[in-house]
Amino acid sequence: MNDLLTGVETAFNLILAADPEVLTITLTTLRITFTSVLIGTLISIPLGAAITFREFWGKKTLISIIQTLYALPTVIVGLLCYMILSRSGPLGDLKWLFTPNGMIFGQTILIIPIMAGLTIAALQAIDPIITDTIRSLGATRFQFLKSHLREARFAIMAAIIVGFSRAISEVGTAIMIGGNIKGHTRVLTTAISLQTSMGNFNLSLALGIILLAIALIINLIMGFVQNR
Amino acid sequence: MIGRLSIGVIALVLGAILLCGVVSAEKVDTLGEHSADRLLIATTTSLDATGLLDLLEEKFKEDTGVTAEHVAKGTGISLQIARDCNADIVMVHDRVAEDAFIDEGFGADRRVFGYNYFLLVGPENDPAKVTGLNGTAAFMAIEKATAEDPSVVFVSRGDNSGTHSREKLLWKWGGYDYADINSSEWYREAGLGMGETLTMTEELQGYTLSDSASWGTYESNLSLVPLVENDEKFLNVYAVMRVSDEKCPDVNTDAAKKWINFMISDEVQDILSTYGVEKNGVPYFSPGRGSAEVMGVTDEETKDPVV
Repeated sequence: MNDLLTGVETAFNLILAADPEVLTITLTTLRITFTSVLIGTLISIPLGAAITFREFWGKKTLISIIQTLYALPTVIVGLLCYMILSRSGPLGDLKWLFTPNGMIFGQTILIIPIMAGLTIAALQAIDPIITDTIRSLGATRFQFLKSHLREARFAIMAAIIVGFSRAISEVGTAIMIGGNIKGHTRVLTTAISLQTSMGNFNLSLALGIILLAIALIINLIMGFVQNR
Repeated sequence: MIGRLSIGVIALVLGAILLCGVVSAEKVDTLGEHSADRLLIATTTSLDATGLLDLLEEKFKEDTGVTAEHVAKGTGISLQIARDCNADIVMVHDRVAEDAFIDEGFGADRRVFGYNYFLLVGPENDPAKVTGLNGTAAFMAIEKATAEDPSVVFVSRGDNSGTHSREKLLWKWGGYDYADINSSEWYREAGLGMGETLTMTEELQGYTLSDSASWGTYESNLSLVPLVENDEKFLNVYAVMRVSDEKCPDVNTDAAKKWINFMISDEVQDILSTYGVEKNGVPYFSPGRGSAEVMGVTDEETKDPVV
C-alpha cells in the first residue's frame, strides 16, 4: 500500500518537475502512437468498408482471419517486423530497425486487424432498412459510403480508440523493433519494463500513471467529439 | 448537418494529432536512420544498467562527433542481432560464444576492455552452506542440499546470456550434466534479465549467479547477500568487437574501429577504474589495461589499437 502511494507521489513529482527524460519518453510515445493510429485509421477504415460492402469469394473466411489476428501476440509482430526490417530482410534497405519509424511500422501492423475488424462489425450493425433506403434514394457510391460511415460513426470511433489503446500500451513490438534506446526509441511501456527489471517499482508505477493519464485525455477528447 | 459537423470535428482532431506528431518529432530531434555518424552497439544488459554506456557514448560524441547508441539485450540475442547485420559493434561477456562468432566470420578486432567477477548470491541464512566454498564447490553444495532441504532453490537466468553460459559451465565443472540439473525440481529457469532474476530469487529466497555490476545496481532493493565472491572460476571478462564488413557490407567500420580504440584508450580505462565508486563503494568494472594475465588473454588483446 505504501509502495502504491509512493508511486503516485513519484508520478506527480515527475510531471510537475517536467523531468526532461520523462518528457522525451512521453513525446516519443505520443509521436509513435499517434502516427501509427493515423496510418492505421487511413488503412483500416477503407479496408473495413471495402470488405463489408463488396461480395467476393472467401469473404467470411477473410473476416474470420482478421478477427483471429486480434490475438496476435505483440512479440510475434515484433519478431516478424524485426525479420522484415533487418538488414538481411526484404525491407532492410530502409534501415528502420531500432528507429521510431520502425516502431510506427510495427504498431501500425499490430493495430490494423483490430481496427479493420471493428470497422466491419460497425458497418454490418447498420440496420438493413437504412441501407435499402439510401440505395433507393439513388445515392452515388460516395454518398452511400459517406452516409454509412456517418451512421456507424460511434462504433468506428470506438475502433480508433481501441487501436490507440493497443498501440500505446503494447511493449513487445516496441522493445523488439525499437530496442529501447535512450532518448531515441524509449517509450513509456519500454521504460516501464526497464525500470521494473531494475527493481525501481515506484518509477514504473509513475510512468504507468502518466500513460493512463494520456489515455484518459484522448478518451475525453474523443467523447467530446462524439457528443457533438 | 450534425453528421457533417462531426466529420469536421473528427478531421480537426486527426489534424491536431498529426500536428502533435510533427511537433514532438521536432522536439525529440532524432533522425530515424543509420548514417555515417551513427554507431549502433548491441550489448549485454550489465553495461547498460550501470549507466556506463550512456556516459561513454557522451564522451565518444565529444571526441569524434559520432553518435553511438546501444540496444541492451542478453549476450545471446546481441550476437544474433549482429549476425543479422543490424549492429556495428557488439560488447559481450561470453568467450565461448564470442569465439564462435569470430570463427563464423562475423566478429573482428576483438579487444578486452575490462572485467569483474560473478557472485553467487543467496539468502542470508545460507541453507546450503556455501559461504567460504570456492565457486565450483558452492554449486555442488547447492545441488546436495536440495536433496534434504526443499527450501533450497536455484534461480537461473535461462536466457542464453553470458551469465547463463557461465552458470552452465559451473555445473559442468562440478561434474554434472546440465540437462539433469535443468530438469530438477529445485532449478527454476527464469528466462529473464538479471534484474528480474534477482527479484525472483529474492521472492523465492533462493540462490542465483549474478554479475557484480548488475548486483551493485540492484542490491539496495534486495535482502539477498553475496555468499561467494572473487573466485577465479567466477571471472567475468568483457570484450568489444566490430561486426565484420565482409559479412555485413553496410556496417559503419570506420566508426566501429574508433569505438574499439576508444574502449581501450587511457581515457576510458581511467573512467572504468573509478566508475561506480560513488554509488557502489567499489568500481563496477576493473579496467582491462595491464590485467591480461588475470583475465587469461594476451597482452595485445588489451592494448593494441585496431587499424
